[in-house]
Amino acid sequence: MAEEVKKQPVDDMPDWSAYRGVLVYIEHREGVAKSVGWQLLGQGKKLADKLEVDLMALVIGYNVQHLAEEAIAYGANRVYVCDAKELQNYRTRPYSRAAMKVIHDIKPEIVLFGATATGRDLAGAIATHLPTGLTADTTELDVEPHPSRLLLASRPAFSEKMMATILCKQYRPQMATARAGVFEALPKDTSRKGEIIHVEFEMDEAEIATKVLDFIQDQSKINIEEAEIIVAGGRGLGGPEPFKMLKELADELGGVVGASRAAVDAGWIKHEHQVGQTGYTVRPKLYFAVGISGAVQHLVGMQNSGLIIAINRDPDAPIFKVAHYGIVGDLFQIVPAITEEVRKRRGL
Amino acid sequence: MLHIVVCVKQVPDSREIRIDPKTNTLIRIGVPAIVNFYDLHGLEEALVLREKYGGRITVICMGPPPAEKALKQCISLGADDAVLVTDRGFAGADTLATSYVLAETIKKVEETWGPVDIVFTGKQTLDGDTGQVGPGIACRLDLEQLTYVEKVVGIDMATRRITVHRHLEDGVEVVETKLPVLMTALKELNKVRRAPMPGMLRAAQFKPTVWTTQDFPNLDRSKIGLKGSPTIVAKSWVPEQKAANTEMIDGRDVQVKAATLVDKLWQTDLPARFGWDQKAKG
Ligand SMILES: Cc1cc2nc3c(=O)[nH]c(=O)nc-3n(C[C@H](O)[C@H](O)[C@@H](O)COP(=O)(O)OP(=O)(O)OC[C@H]3O[C@@H](n4cnc5c(N)ncnc54)[C@H](O)[C@@H]3O)c2cc1C
Ligand SMILES: Cc1cc2nc3c(=O)[nH]c(=O)nc-3n(C[C@H](O)[C@H](O)[C@H](O)COP(=O)(O)OP(=O)(O)OC[C@H]3O[C@@H](n4cnc5c(N)ncnc54)[C@H](O)[C@@H]3O)c2cc1C
Repeated sequence: MAEEVKKQPVDDMPDWSAYRGVLVYIEHREGVAKSVGWQLLGQGKKLADKLEVDLMALVIGYNVQHLAEEAIAYGANRVYVCDAKELQNYRTRPYSRAAMKVIHDIKPEIVLFGATATGRDLAGAIATHLPTGLTADTTELDVEPHPSRLLLASRPAFSEKMMATILCKQYRPQMATARAGVFEALPKDTSRKGEIIHVEFEMDEAEIATKVLDFIQDQSKINIEEAEIIVAGGRGLGGPEPFKMLKELADELGGVVGASRAAVDAGWIKHEHQVGQTGYTVRPKLYFAVGISGAVQHLVGMQNSGLIIAINRDPDAPIFKVAHYGIVGDLFQIVPAITEEVRKRRGL
Repeated sequence: MLHIVVCVKQVPDSREIRIDPKTNTLIRIGVPAIVNFYDLHGLEEALVLREKYGGRITVICMGPPPAEKALKQCISLGADDAVLVTDRGFAGADTLATSYVLAETIKKVEETWGPVDIVFTGKQTLDGDTGQVGPGIACRLDLEQLTYVEKVVGIDMATRRITVHRHLEDGVEVVETKLPVLMTALKELNKVRRAPMPGMLRAAQFKPTVWTTQDFPNLDRSKIGLKGSPTIVAKSWVPEQKAANTEMIDGRDVQVKAATLVDKLWQTDLPARFGWDQKAKG
């Protein structure tokens, strides 16, 4: 964070001692978790440690016991599970009813959701019911230690040109949705111990007007948000063909191909590959930026990658400011040479 | 017959906002105020549904008096009525306070023009960008909530059931529910029409209905404006570019540069982590 938020006085705040602990909502489809839940447990652990409280997870669905065990492996001390047939698919009414029951019972001081379609749908409903404040689409989460215990929820504003830190002093719990790919999950450790608590859910299917008739999974979709290695190309590639060259390197390393908006807008590659403000935020272990200048709208989507390698013929390209390793030169020569070298190293 | 309410917000076109590099503050001068473009897709869908099933469209906006312009634009496109909810007391609202005022407004719209079957909001705005106001309104009015709608398949007027496609990160959900319903509109929902000449003429003469706090005798003052807003912006700043310690890789030719880079990669934990050291299968 650029600078500290002014220390918050506590005398104007109500007594919130009944509210303790950090709760993370675990989103899933058909029992397969979205990684944003694990990422939020990773960040939630830091908050919980600083506040000296439990890190809790909330799992809602049908036949989702295994997700509770997984949540423990990702760092939760305690997991609340609402498991019922009526909860098979996400629907606002039954899910918010289930989540509200848990929140009322356990009174967490902080509740976090992924800023996904489902996360925003659910959090928006719950925050209104409770009521409490909800900070949207955060990319930084911190807490002030006791006594204020305030969640410092920061989010990009005005097309990512600014950041704003938002507080919620007069209501509990403090709630936020958080962008996928920004926070880091703890390594999965199945030896971690935790408690699983089953929560009764009672709502008759007849009470629920909404029916999910079908779900058409996007098959073609690459999952760039979850990719651990990305080889991304930009306008410097000059056309759709050279993306094959990136794909070769990506295949060699076990990664996927990414792109700048310039390449997507030119029609060289589909939007699902786009990294950046109007594309996906990614946090791979390794990110290649090939023929990408490094506009701020691109950087916001990838600057938290573990290791960034930039290849560009312009030594002054801004991408070199965020890269760990840079090579100045012609990408059409450098990329194949790297692929070749990797093959050699692998003994192929 | 359907009564459809469309919520529109007037927003600064944040794509045009620049940061003053000296003061690190927003330059708002000259930034045009526009109708949040997702909201126009909501209005367009309302127009399509009115053409199909008959009915009326009421557009509502909470904002300062100049937001009247946004409502006139909606009238030019074909909305039947428009209400501007404006009062100093509403200023500084976050999403919780905004959804309260808009929900109260919709109740008053029902008293004035009859029961509402559908409420449209945009997926999110260009400025606040939260996507929380739609769910907030649905919750307060106890409407069924359908967010991220990219297609309205149809409405069975006899059973009052509606079927839509919702666009999620990993695919498309086909879902059916009963009216009354709140939908949040994606730009994929439709193509926004141009205002026809008669609409433009009507808009030129049109004065939206204006409601202030005076018009809501039962309004809970503790729930509006800054006072009714739990979230507080504590500070804002311009993020600095994260300066990495960039190491430039040099070498006499491309092969040397590539080999040096790959050496560096092999010194990390990546080869072990991703099994690069194992030979590729087959
Ligand atoms: C930089 C910044 C960050 C903010 N962060 C938060 C935050 O994290 N949490 C929070 O609670 N508030 C936040 N706010 C305040 C909040 O954005 C609003 O001012 C609130 O009035 C509307 O929320 P929204 O613009 O996000 O609307 P969204 O929820 O994104 O809007 C969805 C739809 O609701 C309808 N709608 C929204 N506002 C109106 C209106 N005034 N009149 C008619 N229809 C409307 C429109 O159809 C719109 O498309 C923030 C504001 C700014 C400027
Ligand atoms: C509201 C908004 C949202 C946006 N969202 C995004 C977003 O999500 N993602 C995104 O990426 N952008 C986004 N942009 C666009 C962004 O501002 C830039 O225009 C875009 O990222 C530029 O793409 P680029 O780096 O591929 O192209 P350029 O800036 O044109 O860079 C091409 C680079 O390739 C290099 N090059 C050319 N030929 C070679 C060669 N033979 N060998 C080596 N190097 C070579 C050049 O030196 C140059 O640096 C957004 C913009 C706006 C206004």
